[in-house]
Amino acid sequence: MVIEETRGARRRAARRPRTSVIGVIGELFITAGVLVLLFLGWQIWINDLIVGNQQQNQAAELSQTWDKGEAGAPAPADRPDPGEPVVGVAPGDDVAFGNLIVPRFGADYIRPIAEGTEVYGALADGIGHYTGTSMPGAVGNVALAGHRTGWGQPLGDIANLQVGDSIYIETEAGWYKYLFRSLEYVMPTGIDVLDPVPQFPGASPTDRLLTITSCNPKLTAAERIITYSVYDTWYPRAGGPPAEIAAIAQASAAG
Amino acid sequence: MYAALWRVLPGPVWLRVILLIVLAAAVLAALVFWVFPWVQEILPQQDVTVEGQ
Repeated sequence: MVIEETRGARRRAARRPRTSVIGVIGELFITAGVLVLLFLGWQIWINDLIVGNQQQNQAAELSQTWDKGEAGAPAPADRPDPGEPVVGVAPGDDVAFGNLIVPRFGADYIRPIAEGTEVYGALADGIGHYTGTSMPGAVGNVALAGHRTGWGQPLGDIANLQVGDSIYIETEAGWYKYLFRSLEYVMPTGIDVLDPVPQFPGASPTDRLLTITSCNPKLTAAERIITYSVYDTWYPRAGGPPAEIAAIAQASAAG
Repeated sequence: MYAALWRVLPGPVWLRVILLIVLAAAVLAALVFWVFPWVQEILPQQDVTVEGQ
């Protein structure tokens, strides 16, 4: 009886090792590592999906208010010359006034563009429009910014753009088509990329340009990646969306 | 640390396992809803704009 009890006690003692300081520190390290991995997984996959979907829905809602529920038939290839593009007026801070549609970023890619580049304003909801730069279609430089990682990564694929890729900006007036021309990397202080003629401060513009900025390298903020695009044409809303993005225009309008 | 947690939990093994799962879910929810968004805000990668010094 006595022997049995001591054996049991010994077995229990063997199963319950004393908590050592080293052991606790080790477990804390392991926990910290798991937490970091969880954060990265959350940020790169889960949260980006959730926020990206929110931005997509927001852009679609914007389209619906302009399209009154249904998008027109795609503009025919031999449509009449649309003439000079209509240029809107920039709204107040954080107010969405357009959508960015880039086929290279995915067949269903559409993100809202809001005025300003506040981190917790326009940039949290999608794409931000640098205050004071041109509005879409205008002679000068339309400057946009967006996150490349995190926050729904609206510009996650910005480095995949190829020369000649279409970049559309949808506003209430219609769709402005820009063609991607080139990209460069600058330091975070390289504000000259926002000039009406990028990198030529003080020069007076004759072209209609689009500059988009994001962070570089991915997941850091050491540099900025800058893409330049040139205006090609525009599609008044009454004439229907461009054929290239008609599917997404109609999907957005249908909700 | 975790061994101590296991000892502190009451009940038979199956109950302890369920309690652990509930605890882990609660911790995960707290991380996702409060801790991770806060961490994301203080990380420098939010800088995507160019601006003067």
